[in-house]
Amino acid sequence: MTEALHGLDARLSWRRGDLALDIDIALPPRGITALFGPSGAGKTSCLRAIAGLERAEGRVSFGHQMWQDSASRVFVPPHRRKLGYVFQEASLFSHHTVEGNLDYGYRRAGRPAHLDREGLIDRFGVRPLLKRRVSGLSGGERQRVSMARALLSDPALLLFDEPLSALDGTARSDLLGCLEDLHATLQVPMIYVSHNVDEVSRLADHLVLMEAGHVVAQGPLQATLTRLDLPPALGEAVGAVIEGEVVGYDAHDQLIGLAFAGGHLWLPYRHEVVGQTLRCRIGARDVVLTHAPQEGSSALNQIPCRIVAMADADHPSQCLVQLDAGGCTLLARITRRSWHALGLEPGGEVWAQVKAVALGP
Amino acid sequence: MTLLSDQDLQALGLTLRLATTVTALLLLLGTPLAWWLAHTHSRWRRPVAAVVALPLVLPPTVLGFYLLMLLGPDGAVGRLIAALGLSALPFTFKGLMVASMLYSLPFVVQPLNNAFEAIGNRPMEVASCLGAGPLDRFLTVALPLALPGILTATVLGFAHTVGEFGVVLMIGGNIPGQTRVLSMRIYDHVQAGEYHQANVLSLCLLVVSFTALLAMSLLRTRRYPRD
Repeated sequence: MTEALHGLDARLSWRRGDLALDIDIALPPRGITALFGPSGAGKTSCLRAIAGLERAEGRVSFGHQMWQDSASRVFVPPHRRKLGYVFQEASLFSHHTVEGNLDYGYRRAGRPAHLDREGLIDRFGVRPLLKRRVSGLSGGERQRVSMARALLSDPALLLFDEPLSALDGTARSDLLGCLEDLHATLQVPMIYVSHNVDEVSRLADHLVLMEAGHVVAQGPLQATLTRLDLPPALGEAVGAVIEGEVVGYDAHDQLIGLAFAGGHLWLPYRHEVVGQTLRCRIGARDVVLTHAPQEGSSALNQIPCRIVAMADADHPSQCLVQLDAGGCTLLARITRRSWHALGLEPGGEVWAQVKAVALGP
Repeated sequence: MTLLSDQDLQALGLTLRLATTVTALLLLLGTPLAWWLAHTHSRWRRPVAAVVALPLVLPPTVLGFYLLMLLGPDGAVGRLIAALGLSALPFTFKGLMVASMLYSLPFVVQPLNNAFEAIGNRPMEVASCLGAGPLDRFLTVALPLALPGILTATVLGFAHTVGEFGVVLMIGGNIPGQTRVLSMRIYDHVQAGEYHQANVLSLCLLVVSFTALLAMSLLRTRRYPRD
């Protein structure tokens, strides 16, 4: 736990309009933390307060630096916090070209030698745009420039505020792929605000769930999304996120095989290659429980599990069942009637049936 | 020189000198004021904005009259100036400058204020997150983005200073080389029935105004090409 001491630690409370915000967040010093919750939960406000763009009462420390301490009147202004902030709208400087935008922060950071400017430009695919004015760029291009600009400012902490929410299908999935690549090589922590559970499942290592201005849960992504005590507003988000290795590709059926700690899954092929790591979300609604493996079922995936616990779901007819599959936690949302009819109870052995279709895009 | 007499030329030179100085000073002082108006949450914002806008609706003669009272030997400011050992302002070039600055203030501050408000906070926040301090981001983000507003403010401030009459009449008088500006000279010519001379001078003002507006428009399109 000594490592965790060097991450971000924020205890803040403030009001924004009708919303009273009160947060207490402790983040690890590496990896992507998703700030997740329904619209209006105060996620953006929270990010702005951490950046120092919005005034709140309390304490914020990052690593060994004290960024804000209202009690001793310490407040480090945003420009001294070494942030890489990406706003929901790209917010590029219209009086600069793309290159001028990229170099704005890079120059102020002193053109640090450890930053690979050319590499970042290529990674975000903005090299052909360098001499262009920003007014002619598409939404996806703008956001790419905005992200590259943030990374070029030599940030110690990246703050991404729903960077993909304004984009359409293709641009969005391209950029999401870009961010997945970035994740693998990222040297600094990132807070990623989103209300999209797929983005969160694919990018985040750590999760902070917010609702109505408060943090309702935080912890490692998998463990947090499979908790049974999450508020109903997050109902659709609950479910397992498993990580495994792509071990096979069936070109004829256009399926890939994914090996994970709990077994093997078939899922629709997108553009994965054999050998890569892949994350896959199994929504609680997409899991059917049976006593024995089924023959003659269209569900391609059957995973043996042990029941860990059961809890009430948001609808009185339903319950959430927490399952353990070889150390991976899965979640199934079933009716109470089925729970009783099958005679299920914690400790019992069951098979989780998952349609491959439910795991696709 | 048959078209313009020496006196006319003197008035023209004086007018250009006055308008240039006043515009430059107003841009210098008006920019922080407009910035403050665009960003403050102070309860003084509205009263200050109203005072700045006053010359828009106040008859210039009224403004000139009160300035004369205020700056004159018996006025509060006039006494203060005298006590400081400075020469009195009414009927001098400096007095005319002070009066013109007040009169043209809204024409400079309002376009600047509009420009700053249109930029909003976001570009400044972005710059701040990219490591730019307050002065840095003001100079490298706010000013360049406000350039169209600055151009408008310059042209409007200049043109209004060139064209003022009522204020000059009250506080400046009609002293050759000191306060006899173009508009006074035109008035003199008309009074004397010299319509031809009045026409030549008026045409000068017309050309100057037209050129300024055209230049402003051209500059703006060159810098901000339409997509």
